[in-house]
Amino acid sequence: MSDLRTFQSAFASALLAPAPGAAESTYAGQPAFAVHRNTVMAGCIDALAANHPTVQRLVGEEWFRDAARIFAQASPPQDGVLARYGLGFAEFLQSFAPAAELPYLAGVADLDRCWTESHLAADAPVLRPAEVARLTPERLVRVRLEPHPAARWRSFETLPICTLWRRHREEQSLDDEVDWHGESILLARPGGSVAWLAIDAGATAFLDACAQGRNVGESLDEVAAVAPQVDMAMWLRQLVQAGAFTRIVVEGAG
Amino acid sequence: MPVSALTAGVGLKAEHYAEALRCRASGMWFEVHAENYRVAGGPRRAWLEAIRREHPLSLHGVSLSLAGADPIDRIALAGLAELVRELQPALVSEHLAWSRFGGAYLPDLLPFPRTSESLATVCDNVSRAQEAIGRTIALENPSHYLSLEGHTFDEIEFLVQVARRTGCSLLLDINNVYVSAVNTGASAECYVDAFPADLVAEIHLAGHRPDATLGERLLVDSHDAPVAPAVWQLFERFVARAGSRPTLIERDAELPTFAELMRERDAAHARLNARTPMAA
Repeated sequence: MSDLRTFQSAFASALLAPAPGAAESTYAGQPAFAVHRNTVMAGCIDALAANHPTVQRLVGEEWFRDAARIFAQASPPQDGVLARYGLGFAEFLQSFAPAAELPYLAGVADLDRCWTESHLAADAPVLRPAEVARLTPERLVRVRLEPHPAARWRSFETLPICTLWRRHREEQSLDDEVDWHGESILLARPGGSVAWLAIDAGATAFLDACAQGRNVGESLDEVAAVAPQVDMAMWLRQLVQAGAFTRIVVEGAG
Repeated sequence: MPVSALTAGVGLKAEHYAEALRCRASGMWFEVHAENYRVAGGPRRAWLEAIRREHPLSLHGVSLSLAGADPIDRIALAGLAELVRELQPALVSEHLAWSRFGGAYLPDLLPFPRTSESLATVCDNVSRAQEAIGRTIALENPSHYLSLEGHTFDEIEFLVQVARRTGCSLLLDINNVYVSAVNTGASAECYVDAFPADLVAEIHLAGHRPDATLGERLLVDSHDAPVAPAVWQLFERFVARAGSRPTLIERDAELPTFAELMRERDAAHARLNARTPMAA
């Protein structure tokens, strides 16, 4: 191993160690080494906080920063784009013992992540309702609707995670009673910035099918199989209006 | 606008976007961290595109890890190259530091022993970066907190070697010079006087603060305060010798109003305007 590699390997380990241990180096024992340890950890934790504002609001800053530190020590960023840092944070919270009493926290972290992904996603045209309205019903079922790069959707079976998340994002009071039932949500960028729409499990099943490359007819059949009572004509209009799709793909025409 | 027409600029923050867009100060420019915009699309990119139509831009990288023993991150480099193509910045810069190891990005600018081996590594990485983006970069002197063993080059000698071998230019961060001099017991005046003026493409000025535990003995390059009087004096000293260079007021935390930041910027502008640009 080269001298530079040996040096950087030891330095990186000393930076990420949970406690400033007695490393066998002349630098890790210097009081100033704490500046580097603090800068690295603050950089990671600040990024996780910036990317998960709803989680932080629900658990408080101190709890959040303790959890973020443990996550960052085990899963430091892999890239300089810290706006993207935190993939896996929701899964971490899911199995984080101190969060056991907060069953909704991982789902809220997942929605914070969805917001980030939507915010940073590639630009693409948004399919407008008028373009869909031009198709006859017979033709509509044979085309595919391609999800927009900034569209993200989630369904939560039993917990009102979307309501909790929206209360923060829409700056509503967090004190009102919540109906404890499952919810679904779509995030997209219909007008440039991220917006969201409460949807239902039928609509997310439809979006899942579209994302798998099914045409509209096949996607509607899948929804009918899991949620026969859903008004998909209404949902299709709303999903298009909310910016869920980028374009109509005619089968066989690529 | 030619680079020689740029005087003082400020680091661009989202909070100042509207005022930055409208700003019409003479010689004005803005610097952004490349990593904040190395994303696929969305409002951030749209916002920066609007700014760059009105103002010269500088892309300042903080994560290329040019002194890293690990191979340079090709995806990051390709992303930077794409940003440079789209934004056509007036200046592009990075640091004499490392920040990646074993697949992890450590958000800091880390020190290393300056040896023949690390010189070869830095030159190789700078050359790869310059090849990828199709232009030269300015390499910045970092802040030092630690006393490291094993240096066989002093920092200026090392930077000059990198510039000679790769054709890169240098970014003189005068706050880093001051902070490092205090922390390692060196002379900031000697460093500024010895710095090769003909290689300097850009200057950085920023604020620092004493370490919370160690006080004035250890200064932290925190970018969260106005530029210190001692740093202004070093700036005047360098500009008196070298002439005008594009000079940035860096502020990353404890953000003041845009007007307040512009007052500091105007103070740098006035000092630069008293000098003519270096004859190229």
